[in-house]
Amino acid sequence: MECNAVRGMLDRYVDGELDAGQAVALEAHVRGCGECRALLEQRKSLSEAIRERAAYHPAPDGLAARIRARAGMNLTEARATTERAPAARAPLALRTWQPLAMAASLLLAVAVSSGTTYLAMRPAAEPGTVDEVVADHIRSLQAKHLTDVASTDQHTVKPWFDGRIDLAPTVKDLSAKGFPLIGGRLDYLGGAEAAALVYGHSQHVINVFVTKGGANAAPSLTDRKGYNVLHWVDGGMSYWAVSDVTIDVLEKLQRLIAAPD
Amino acid sequence: MSEQAKARRFEQMALAHLDAAHNLARWLTRNDHDAEDVVQEAYLRAFKYFDGYQGGNGKAWILAIVRRTCFTWLGRNRPKEVLTVEADVLEAAAERAAANAASGPEGPEAEIIRRADKRAIDAAIAALPAPYREVLVLRELEDMAYKEIATVTGIPIGTVMSRLARARALLREALGGALDRKPAHGM
Repeated sequence: MECNAVRGMLDRYVDGELDAGQAVALEAHVRGCGECRALLEQRKSLSEAIRERAAYHPAPDGLAARIRARAGMNLTEARATTERAPAARAPLALRTWQPLAMAASLLLAVAVSSGTTYLAMRPAAEPGTVDEVVADHIRSLQAKHLTDVASTDQHTVKPWFDGRIDLAPTVKDLSAKGFPLIGGRLDYLGGAEAAALVYGHSQHVINVFVTKGGANAAPSLTDRKGYNVLHWVDGGMSYWAVSDVTIDVLEKLQRLIAAPD
Repeated sequence: MSEQAKARRFEQMALAHLDAAHNLARWLTRNDHDAEDVVQEAYLRAFKYFDGYQGGNGKAWILAIVRRTCFTWLGRNRPKEVLTVEADVLEAAAERAAANAASGPEGPEAEIIRRADKRAIDAAIAALPAPYREVLVLRELEDMAYKEIATVTGIPIGTVMSRLARARALLREALGGALDRKPAHGM
Protein backbone atom coordinates (compact mmCIF):
# COMPACT_ATOMS: atom_id res chain seq x y z
CA MET A 1 0.00 0.00 0.00
CA GLU A 2 1.25 3.47 -0.87
CA CYS A 3 1.75 6.19 1.72
CA ASN A 4 -0.86 8.37 0.03
CA ALA A 5 -3.47 5.65 0.14
CA VAL A 6 -2.68 4.93 3.77
CA ARG A 7 -2.94 8.60 4.72
CA GLY A 8 -6.33 8.84 3.08
CA MET A 9 -7.56 5.96 5.23
CA LEU A 10 -6.21 6.94 8.66
CA ASP A 11 -9.45 8.52 9.88
CA ARG A 12 -11.53 5.59 8.75
CA TYR A 13 -9.10 3.23 10.44
CA VAL A 14 -9.26 5.11 13.72
CA ASP A 15 -13.06 5.24 13.42
CA GLY A 16 -13.29 1.50 12.87
CA GLU A 17 -14.86 1.97 9.45
CA LEU A 18 -12.34 0.02 7.36
CA ASP A 19 -12.96 -3.56 6.45
CA ALA A 20 -10.65 -6.08 8.00
CA GLY A 21 -8.58 -6.56 4.84
CA GLN A 22 -7.84 -2.87 4.55
CA ALA A 23 -7.13 -2.54 8.23
CA VAL A 24 -4.62 -5.35 8.07
CA ALA A 25 -2.91 -3.82 5.02
CA LEU A 26 -2.79 -0.43 6.71
CA GLU A 27 -1.29 -1.89 9.86
CA ALA A 28 1.34 -3.73 7.85
CA HIS A 29 2.33 -0.53 6.06
CA VAL A 30 2.43 1.50 9.25
CA ARG A 31 4.73 -1.01 10.89
CA GLY A 32 7.30 -0.37 8.21
CA CYS A 33 6.80 3.36 7.63
CA GLY A 34 7.76 5.81 10.35
CA GLU A 35 6.09 8.83 8.78
CA CYS A 36 2.73 7.15 8.40
CA ARG A 37 3.08 5.71 11.88
CA ALA A 38 3.60 9.19 13.30
CA LEU A 39 0.50 10.42 11.47
CA LEU A 40 -1.54 7.55 12.79
CA GLU A 41 -0.34 8.25 16.32
CA GLN A 42 -1.34 11.85 15.87
CA ARG A 43 -4.84 10.82 14.75
CA LYS A 44 -5.24 8.44 17.64
CA SER A 45 -3.96 10.89 20.20
CA LEU A 46 -6.49 13.52 19.12
CA SER A 47 -9.37 11.11 19.28
CA GLU A 48 -8.23 9.82 22.66
CA ALA A 49 -7.74 13.31 24.05
CA ILE A 50 -11.28 14.29 23.04
CA ARG A 51 -12.86 11.13 24.40
CA GLU A 52 -10.99 11.33 27.66
CA ARG A 53 -11.17 15.02 28.35
CA ALA A 54 -13.75 16.91 26.28
CA ALA A 55 -16.82 17.95 28.25
CA TYR A 56 -19.80 15.66 28.10
CA HIS A 57 -23.05 17.39 28.99
CA PRO A 58 -25.63 14.93 30.31
CA ALA A 59 -29.19 16.15 30.73
CA PRO A 60 -29.67 18.10 33.94
CA ASP A 61 -31.75 16.59 36.72
CA GLY A 62 -35.42 17.11 36.24
CA LEU A 63 -35.36 17.65 32.48
CA ALA A 64 -36.94 14.28 31.79
CA ALA A 65 -39.64 14.97 34.36
CA ARG A 66 -40.37 18.39 32.86
CA ILE A 67 -40.70 16.88 29.40
CA ARG A 68 -43.05 14.17 30.67
CA ALA A 69 -45.17 16.72 32.46
CA ARG A 70 -45.41 19.10 29.52
CA ALA A 71 -46.15 16.29 27.13
CA GLY A 72 -48.92 15.16 29.45
CA MET A 73 -47.50 11.70 29.41
CA ASN A 74 -49.34 9.14 31.41
CA LEU A 75 -46.24 7.91 33.00
CA THR A 76 -46.71 5.98 36.18
CA GLU A 77 -46.40 2.68 34.45
CA ALA A 78 -44.02 3.79 31.73
CA ARG A 79 -41.54 5.32 34.10
CA ALA A 80 -41.53 2.35 36.39
CA THR A 81 -40.39 0.08 33.60
CA THR A 82 -37.80 2.20 31.86
CA GLU A 83 -36.34 4.77 34.22
CA ARG A 84 -32.91 5.66 33.01
CA ALA A 85 -30.00 4.50 35.05
CA PRO A 86 -27.97 7.52 36.12
CA ALA A 87 -24.42 8.02 34.92
CA ALA A 88 -24.61 5.02 32.68
CA ARG A 89 -22.30 6.33 30.01
CA ALA A 90 -19.71 3.91 28.78
CA PRO A 91 -16.10 4.86 29.48
CA LEU A 92 -15.20 5.53 25.88
CA ALA A 93 -11.61 6.23 26.71
CA LEU A 94 -11.04 2.61 27.57
CA ARG A 95 -11.11 1.58 23.97
CA THR A 96 -8.23 0.23 21.99
CA TRP A 97 -7.76 0.96 18.33
CA GLN A 98 -8.61 -2.22 16.56
CA PRO A 99 -11.67 -1.90 14.33
CA LEU A 100 -13.11 -4.81 16.23
CA ALA A 101 -12.80 -3.07 19.52
CA MET A 102 -14.27 0.07 18.02
CA ALA A 103 -17.34 -1.75 16.87
CA ALA A 104 -17.54 -3.46 20.21
CA SER A 105 -17.47 -0.24 22.12
CA LEU A 106 -20.08 1.28 19.84
CA LEU A 107 -22.46 -1.44 20.78
CA LEU A 108 -21.40 -1.27 24.38
CA ALA A 109 -22.18 2.41 24.38
CA VAL A 110 -25.57 1.78 22.81
CA ALA A 111 -26.34 -0.99 25.25
CA VAL A 112 -25.22 0.91 28.28
CA SER A 113 -26.72 4.24 27.39
CA SER A 114 -30.12 2.80 26.77
CA GLY A 115 -29.87 0.59 29.81
CA THR A 116 -32.90 -1.54 30.38
CA THR A 117 -34.60 -0.25 27.27
CA TYR A 118 -32.10 -1.97 25.01
CA LEU A 119 -34.12 -5.10 24.54
CA ALA A 120 -37.42 -3.33 24.32
CA MET A 121 -36.21 -1.12 21.46
CA ARG A 122 -36.39 -3.94 19.01
CA PRO A 123 -39.44 -3.54 16.81
CA ALA A 124 -41.84 -6.40 17.16
CA ALA A 125 -42.52 -6.56 13.45
CA GLU A 126 -40.21 -8.39 11.07
CA PRO A 127 -37.42 -5.92 10.44
CA GLY A 128 -35.94 -5.49 7.07
CA THR A 129 -37.10 -5.56 3.54
CA VAL A 130 -35.57 -7.02 0.47
CA ASP A 131 -34.53 -3.55 -0.67
CA GLU A 132 -32.75 -2.82 2.55
CA VAL A 133 -31.05 -6.20 2.62
CA VAL A 134 -29.72 -5.61 -0.89
CA ALA A 135 -28.68 -2.04 -0.04
CA ASP A 136 -26.83 -3.23 3.06
CA HIS A 137 -25.14 -5.95 1.05
CA ILE A 138 -23.98 -3.51 -1.62
CA ARG A 139 -22.84 -1.08 1.01
CA SER A 140 -20.83 -3.74 2.82
CA LEU A 141 -18.92 -4.32 -0.41
CA GLN A 142 -18.56 -0.68 -1.46
CA ALA A 143 -17.92 0.97 1.87
CA LYS A 144 -15.10 -1.47 2.59
CA HIS A 145 -16.72 -2.39 5.81
CA LEU A 146 -17.34 -6.02 5.19
CA THR A 147 -16.42 -7.32 8.61
CA ASP A 148 -15.96 -6.08 12.16
CA VAL A 149 -14.46 -9.38 13.13
CA ALA A 150 -12.49 -11.09 10.40
CA SER A 151 -12.01 -14.73 11.10
CA THR A 152 -12.50 -18.04 9.42
CA ASP A 153 -13.01 -19.61 12.82
CA GLN A 154 -16.60 -19.96 13.99
CA HIS A 155 -15.32 -20.13 17.56
CA THR A 156 -13.99 -16.62 17.17
CA VAL A 157 -16.93 -15.15 15.29
CA LYS A 158 -19.78 -16.52 17.36
CA PRO A 159 -18.51 -15.32 20.76
CA TRP A 160 -17.71 -11.98 19.21
CA PHE A 161 -21.43 -11.27 18.97
CA ASP A 162 -22.00 -12.09 22.63
CA GLY A 163 -22.92 -8.98 24.51
CA ARG A 164 -22.92 -6.92 21.34
CA ILE A 165 -26.25 -8.02 20.11
CA ASP A 166 -29.16 -9.64 21.81
CA LEU A 167 -29.16 -12.88 19.87
CA ALA A 168 -26.83 -15.77 19.30
CA PRO A 169 -26.61 -16.28 15.55
CA THR A 170 -25.73 -19.68 14.21
CA VAL A 171 -22.16 -19.53 12.97
CA LYS A 172 -20.87 -22.55 11.13
CA ASP A 173 -17.62 -23.52 9.55
CA LEU A 174 -18.76 -24.42 6.07
CA SER A 175 -15.43 -24.12 4.31
CA ALA A 176 -15.37 -27.84 3.57
CA LYS A 177 -18.74 -27.37 1.87
CA GLY A 178 -17.51 -24.52 -0.30
CA PHE A 179 -18.55 -21.60 1.91
CA PRO A 180 -15.52 -20.38 3.87
CA LEU A 181 -16.42 -18.05 6.71
CA ILE A 182 -14.96 -14.57 6.18
CA GLY A 183 -16.15 -12.96 9.38
CA GLY A 184 -18.97 -11.11 11.10
CA ARG A 185 -20.26 -7.59 11.32
CA LEU A 186 -22.92 -5.62 13.11
CA ASP A 187 -25.41 -4.04 10.77
CA TYR A 188 -28.89 -2.66 10.83
CA LEU A 189 -32.10 -3.95 9.37
CA GLY A 190 -35.27 -1.97 9.83
CA GLY A 191 -33.40 0.20 12.27
CA ALA A 192 -32.63 -2.69 14.60
CA GLU A 193 -29.26 -4.26 15.07
CA ALA A 194 -28.61 -7.32 12.97
CA ALA A 195 -25.77 -9.79 13.02
CA ALA A 196 -24.24 -10.05 9.56
CA LEU A 197 -22.30 -13.23 8.86
CA VAL A 198 -20.08 -13.11 5.84
CA TYR A 199 -19.37 -16.22 3.81
CA GLY A 200 -17.33 -16.58 0.66
CA HIS A 201 -18.13 -18.72 -2.33
CA SER A 202 -15.44 -18.79 -5.02
CA GLN A 203 -15.09 -15.08 -5.85
CA HIS A 204 -18.46 -14.08 -4.39
CA VAL A 205 -19.39 -12.66 -1.03
CA ILE A 206 -22.58 -13.75 0.70
CA ASN A 207 -24.03 -11.72 3.55
CA VAL A 208 -26.34 -13.53 5.92
CA PHE A 209 -28.24 -11.08 8.13
CA VAL A 210 -29.72 -12.49 11.30
CA THR A 211 -32.34 -10.76 13.45
CA LYS A 212 -34.94 -11.94 15.90
CA GLY A 213 -37.76 -13.69 14.09
CA GLY A 214 -41.18 -15.08 14.80
CA ALA A 215 -42.75 -18.32 13.67
CA ASN A 216 -40.72 -20.57 11.40
CA ALA A 217 -41.01 -19.73 7.73
CA ALA A 218 -39.80 -21.73 4.77
CA PRO A 219 -37.19 -20.11 2.50
CA SER A 220 -38.61 -17.63 0.04
CA LEU A 221 -36.58 -16.24 -2.82
CA THR A 222 -36.62 -12.77 -4.31
CA ASP A 223 -34.31 -11.12 -6.77
CA ARG A 224 -33.54 -7.44 -6.81
CA LYS A 225 -31.03 -5.44 -8.84
CA GLY A 226 -29.22 -8.57 -9.89
CA TYR A 227 -28.92 -9.97 -6.38
CA ASN A 228 -30.68 -13.00 -5.02
CA VAL A 229 -32.20 -12.76 -1.58
CA LEU A 230 -33.31 -15.80 0.37
CA HIS A 231 -35.33 -15.27 3.52
CA TRP A 232 -36.34 -17.81 6.13
CA VAL A 233 -37.20 -17.97 9.81
CA ASP A 234 -35.89 -20.80 11.89
CA GLY A 235 -35.67 -21.31 15.63
CA GLY A 236 -36.80 -17.78 16.48
CA MET A 237 -34.29 -16.18 14.15
CA SER A 238 -34.94 -14.47 10.90
CA TYR A 239 -32.32 -14.97 8.17
CA TRP A 240 -31.70 -12.97 5.03
CA ALA A 241 -29.03 -14.38 2.75
CA VAL A 242 -28.04 -12.07 -0.10
CA SER A 243 -25.48 -12.34 -2.87
CA ASP A 244 -24.92 -12.32 -6.59
CA VAL A 245 -24.43 -16.10 -6.54
CA THR A 246 -26.98 -18.28 -8.31
CA ILE A 247 -30.17 -19.43 -6.64
CA ASP A 248 -29.04 -23.01 -6.15
CA VAL A 249 -25.87 -21.85 -4.39
CA LEU A 250 -27.87 -19.68 -2.03
CA GLU A 251 -30.30 -22.50 -1.35
CA LYS A 252 -27.41 -24.84 -0.64
CA LEU A 253 -26.03 -22.41 1.92
CA GLN A 254 -29.49 -22.12 3.46
CA ARG A 255 -29.71 -25.90 3.88
CA LEU A 256 -26.25 -26.00 5.45
CA ILE A 257 -27.06 -23.23 7.92
CA ALA A 258 -30.44 -24.70 8.82
CA ALA A 259 -29.13 -28.26 9.18
CA PRO A 260 -28.81 -29.45 12.77
CA ASP A 261 -25.20 -29.76 13.96
CA MET B 1 -51.76 3.09 20.42
CA SER B 2 -53.12 3.70 23.92
CA GLU B 3 -51.82 6.73 25.79
CA GLN B 4 -49.97 4.49 28.16
CA ALA B 5 -48.41 2.40 25.43
CA LYS B 6 -47.40 5.57 23.62
CA ALA B 7 -45.78 6.96 26.75
CA ARG B 8 -43.95 3.73 27.32
CA ARG B 9 -42.63 3.60 23.79
CA PHE B 10 -41.59 7.22 23.93
CA GLU B 11 -39.58 6.46 27.05
CA GLN B 12 -37.74 3.74 25.21
CA MET B 13 -37.27 5.44 21.87
CA ALA B 14 -36.59 9.01 22.97
CA LEU B 15 -36.20 9.67 26.68
CA ALA B 16 -33.64 6.90 27.01
CA HIS B 17 -31.36 9.08 24.85
CA LEU B 18 -31.88 12.31 26.74
CA ASP B 19 -28.23 12.59 27.78
CA ALA B 20 -27.06 12.26 24.19
CA ALA B 21 -29.70 14.74 23.07
CA HIS B 22 -28.67 17.27 25.67
CA ASN B 23 -24.97 16.78 24.96
CA LEU B 24 -25.51 17.47 21.26
CA ALA B 25 -27.72 20.49 21.92
CA ARG B 26 -25.27 21.87 24.47
CA TRP B 27 -22.38 21.58 22.05
CA LEU B 28 -24.40 23.21 19.26
CA THR B 29 -25.86 26.07 21.30
CA ARG B 30 -22.82 26.32 23.63
CA ASN B 31 -25.08 27.39 26.47
CA ASP B 32 -26.78 25.38 29.25
CA HIS B 33 -30.03 27.27 29.30
CA ASP B 34 -30.49 27.29 25.54
CA ALA B 35 -29.61 23.63 25.30
CA GLU B 36 -32.32 22.74 27.78
CA ASP B 37 -34.91 24.84 25.95
CA VAL B 38 -34.02 23.31 22.62
CA VAL B 39 -34.10 19.76 23.94
CA GLN B 40 -37.47 20.33 25.54
CA GLU B 41 -38.90 21.82 22.38
CA ALA B 42 -37.50 18.96 20.29
CA TYR B 43 -38.88 16.28 22.59
CA LEU B 44 -42.33 17.85 22.75
CA ARG B 45 -42.41 18.03 18.99
CA ALA B 46 -41.21 14.44 18.74
CA PHE B 47 -43.93 13.34 21.16
CA LYS B 48 -46.60 15.20 19.23
CA TYR B 49 -45.80 13.37 16.01
CA PHE B 50 -44.84 10.14 17.68
CA ASP B 51 -47.97 8.30 16.56
CA GLY B 52 -46.68 8.29 13.01
CA TYR B 53 -43.27 6.96 13.96
CA GLN B 54 -42.54 3.50 12.64
CA GLY B 55 -39.75 2.41 14.92
CA GLY B 56 -36.10 1.76 14.29
CA ASN B 57 -32.94 3.36 15.65
CA GLY B 58 -34.38 5.50 18.43
CA LYS B 59 -31.16 7.33 19.15
CA ALA B 60 -30.59 8.42 15.55
CA TRP B 61 -34.25 9.38 15.21
CA ILE B 62 -34.43 11.61 18.28
CA LEU B 63 -30.99 13.13 17.68
CA ALA B 64 -32.05 14.07 14.16
CA ILE B 65 -35.01 15.97 15.61
CA VAL B 66 -32.88 17.62 18.29
CA ARG B 67 -30.29 18.61 15.73
CA ARG B 68 -32.89 20.11 13.40
CA THR B 69 -34.43 22.03 16.30
CA CYS B 70 -30.98 23.34 17.23
CA PHE B 71 -30.31 24.73 13.79
CA THR B 72 -33.77 26.27 13.57
CA TRP B 73 -33.21 27.83 16.97
CA LEU B 74 -29.76 29.14 16.01
CA GLY B 75 -31.14 30.60 12.80
CA ARG B 76 -33.85 32.40 14.77
CA ASN B 77 -31.78 33.57 17.73
CA ARG B 78 -28.23 33.81 16.50
CA PRO B 79 -28.48 34.20 12.75
CA LYS B 80 -24.90 35.48 12.65
CA GLU B 81 -23.57 32.27 14.03
CA VAL B 82 -25.32 30.25 11.38
CA LEU B 83 -24.14 32.69 8.74
CA THR B 84 -20.49 32.46 9.72
CA VAL B 85 -20.85 28.78 9.09
CA GLU B 86 -21.32 29.50 5.42
CA ALA B 87 -19.22 28.62 2.46
CA ASP B 88 -16.20 30.89 2.95
CA VAL B 89 -15.42 29.60 6.42
CA LEU B 90 -15.80 26.04 5.29
CA GLU B 91 -13.70 26.74 2.23
CA ALA B 92 -10.89 28.37 4.20
CA ALA B 93 -10.88 25.55 6.70
CA ALA B 94 -10.86 23.00 3.93
CA GLU B 95 -7.92 24.67 2.24
CA ARG B 96 -5.94 24.79 5.44
CA ALA B 97 -6.72 21.18 6.11
CA ALA B 98 -5.69 20.20 2.59
CA ALA B 99 -2.49 22.21 2.84
CA ASN B 100 -1.70 20.49 6.11
CA ALA B 101 -2.35 17.08 4.69
CA ALA B 102 -0.13 17.74 1.70
CA SER B 103 2.90 18.89 3.65
CA GLY B 104 4.00 15.51 4.88
CA PRO B 105 4.37 14.55 8.53
CA GLU B 106 2.78 17.78 9.52
CA GLY B 107 1.07 19.28 12.48
CA PRO B 108 1.63 18.78 16.11
CA GLU B 109 3.21 15.59 17.27
CA ALA B 110 1.04 13.02 18.98
CA GLU B 111 2.77 13.84 22.23
CA ILE B 112 1.72 17.48 22.13
CA ILE B 113 -1.89 16.58 21.46
CA ARG B 114 -1.77 13.98 24.18
CA ARG B 115 -0.82 16.66 26.69
CA ALA B 116 -3.53 19.12 25.63
CA ASP B 117 -5.56 20.08 28.65
CA LYS B 118 -9.30 19.86 29.02
CA ARG B 119 -9.92 23.56 28.68
CA ALA B 120 -7.95 23.80 25.45
CA ILE B 121 -9.80 20.83 24.00
CA ASP B 122 -13.23 22.19 24.91
CA ALA B 123 -12.35 25.61 23.54
CA ALA B 124 -11.04 24.18 20.28
CA ILE B 125 -14.20 22.12 19.73
CA ALA B 126 -16.44 25.05 20.64
CA ALA B 127 -14.61 27.18 18.06
CA LEU B 128 -15.35 24.79 15.20
CA PRO B 129 -18.00 25.84 12.68
CA ALA B 130 -21.25 24.12 13.67
CA PRO B 131 -21.40 21.68 10.72
CA TYR B 132 -17.97 20.36 11.73
CA ARG B 133 -18.69 20.47 15.42
CA GLU B 134 -21.80 18.32 15.14
CA VAL B 135 -20.15 15.47 13.22
CA LEU B 136 -17.20 15.53 15.61
CA VAL B 137 -19.44 15.39 18.69
CA LEU B 138 -21.54 12.59 17.23
CA ARG B 139 -18.43 10.61 16.30
CA GLU B 140 -16.19 11.12 19.32
CA LEU B 141 -18.63 11.74 22.16
CA GLU B 142 -21.58 9.64 21.03
CA ASP B 143 -19.41 7.07 19.27
CA MET B 144 -21.76 6.87 16.31
CA ALA B 145 -20.81 5.16 13.05
CA TYR B 146 -20.61 7.19 9.83
CA LYS B 147 -23.88 5.67 8.71
CA GLU B 148 -25.67 6.78 11.88
CA ILE B 149 -24.16 10.27 11.71
CA ALA B 150 -25.43 10.50 8.13
CA THR B 151 -28.91 9.59 9.39
CA VAL B 152 -28.84 12.18 12.17
CA THR B 153 -27.53 15.03 10.03
CA GLY B 154 -29.18 14.12 6.76
CA ILE B 155 -25.91 14.51 4.86
CA PRO B 156 -24.29 11.80 2.71
CA ILE B 157 -21.66 9.52 4.27
CA GLY B 158 -18.96 11.02 2.03
CA THR B 159 -19.74 14.47 3.43
CA VAL B 160 -19.73 13.09 6.96
CA MET B 161 -16.22 11.81 6.32
CA SER B 162 -14.89 15.01 4.78
CA ARG B 163 -16.39 17.19 7.52
CA LEU B 164 -14.94 14.95 10.17
CA ALA B 165 -11.52 15.11 8.52
CA ARG B 166 -11.70 18.89 8.39
CA ALA B 167 -12.91 19.18 11.96
CA ARG B 168 -9.95 17.13 13.08
CA ALA B 169 -7.47 19.10 10.99
CA LEU B 170 -8.75 22.31 12.60
CA LEU B 171 -8.47 20.78 16.05
CA ARG B 172 -4.92 19.58 15.43
CA GLU B 173 -4.06 23.06 14.26
CA ALA B 174 -5.68 24.68 17.31
CA LEU B 175 -4.23 22.29 19.87
CA GLY B 176 -0.77 22.20 18.35
CA GLY B 177 -0.76 25.96 17.90
CA ALA B 178 -1.60 26.57 21.54
CA LEU B 179 1.61 24.89 22.56
CA ASP B 180 3.83 25.94 19.67
CA ARG B 181 3.19 29.64 20.06
CA LYS B 182 5.84 30.24 22.66
CA PRO B 183 8.97 29.42 20.64
CA ALA B 184 7.53 31.03 17.49
CA HIS B 185 7.10 34.38 19.22
CA GLY B 186 10.15 34.17 21.43
CA MET B 187 12.58 34.38 18.52
